[in-house]
Amino acid sequence: MMTDSTMPVQATAATPPEIRAQLFAYVLQLADTSLILAHRLSEWCGHGPILEQDLALANIALDFLGEARSYYQYAAELEGKGRTEDDLAYLRSAVEYRNPLLVEQPNGDFAGTIVRQFLYDCFHYHLLLQLKSGPDAQLAAIAEKSVKEAAYHIKWSAEWVIRLGDGTEESRRRVEKAIDNLWRYTGELTTPSATEKALQAAGFAPDYSAIQQQVDAHVARVFEEATLAVPEGVFMQKGGKDGRHTEHLGYLLAELQYMQRTYPGLQW
Amino acid sequence: MVEQLAPPTEEHIWQLLEGVSDPEVPVLSILDLGIVRAVRVEGEEVHVTITPTYSGCPAMNVIATEIRLLLLAEGITKLHIHNQLSPAWTTDWMSQAGRQKLEEYGIAPPVDGTATGHMLNLFGKDTAVRCPLCKSEHTHMVSQFGSTACKAHYQCDDCLEPFDYFKCHA
Repeated sequence: MMTDSTMPVQATAATPPEIRAQLFAYVLQLADTSLILAHRLSEWCGHGPILEQDLALANIALDFLGEARSYYQYAAELEGKGRTEDDLAYLRSAVEYRNPLLVEQPNGDFAGTIVRQFLYDCFHYHLLLQLKSGPDAQLAAIAEKSVKEAAYHIKWSAEWVIRLGDGTEESRRRVEKAIDNLWRYTGELTTPSATEKALQAAGFAPDYSAIQQQVDAHVARVFEEATLAVPEGVFMQKGGKDGRHTEHLGYLLAELQYMQRTYPGLQW
Repeated sequence: MVEQLAPPTEEHIWQLLEGVSDPEVPVLSILDLGIVRAVRVEGEEVHVTITPTYSGCPAMNVIATEIRLLLLAEGITKLHIHNQLSPAWTTDWMSQAGRQKLEEYGIAPPVDGTATGHMLNLFGKDTAVRCPLCKSEHTHMVSQFGSTACKAHYQCDDCLEPFDYFKCHA
């Protein structure tokens, strides 16, 4: 950890223990989501289609990694059992991970990565706007920090959806295929888990129906400009937020956690 | 044996911190960047509160270490560095001197007020950023994402040189 402490932490003293436990689970879910997406994006490093987009993907990966660290540090404090941010990131198995399925999906081609990113950015950006004005001071502070970065991400991914959708026959074919493949994972983002329902009732997690409306409007606007159709009537997959993942997460974690598992306690 | 020094004053600490620079933009001190939010001295205990620029900025670790080493060399051993996220860092906190130093170094300083609303400004007109080399305003953005998280990549249409732009982050 880079510093002695993070401040302010206000969900500690006054918060009832059951809410505190659920808040820990929720912050951990947010951390897992950012970490897994950061890892996926970092897989592009050195493979980007052109230099500028290689840099963009690495930059966005770094933002998500930084956001993940903030959440993990806070989760570790909320748990209060001596586990560190590194323990939480490196020493949990796939079934303990709580990220939604969308972010663990493989990169595919550039169109696949762009569509995954745009669909997640839409949710992420509008979620952070809500968390920013939420009652928990530390969660609000992390969101306030991250939303500035998320605004750059969503502009980037939206512009690429438009370029590819309204681009060549080939780019359009690929982006449509990616939407067809990934749309089924979007419903989970705004479908509350048991943890999220409890926190919503207590006012600590935002109202997902309001976020869903903002996401729908955002997607519709960008897809229209990209001359892409918004899918309808798609069966939505879920399970990631309850620890039931696609096969891809295990492989991802094998790589992400390799060093720490092979050399326990290793530090840079 | 280290000689017993007089207790540190907040003013003195602020002066010392001027000597810590951003490892990625070495012409800027951390005070120019507005990273240091507070200095508090309680007897021999010194508290320094810093605010990260970008969430994942690797320079923050180096900066925290350098603060520690610098103050240690002054005999300050009871140092606590706090990481404060809110209010979130903004380029509005960058000093005027810092902006000048940036431009002289070849990095265009942030143009105020350009960060707000950009999320919906798809394919919008690029911010008018002045070329730090020939001072022309005929420039264009090459990429929103540059060599570090805080910079975008631009090119001058007059002198044709590529240059970094320190993004407005408000």
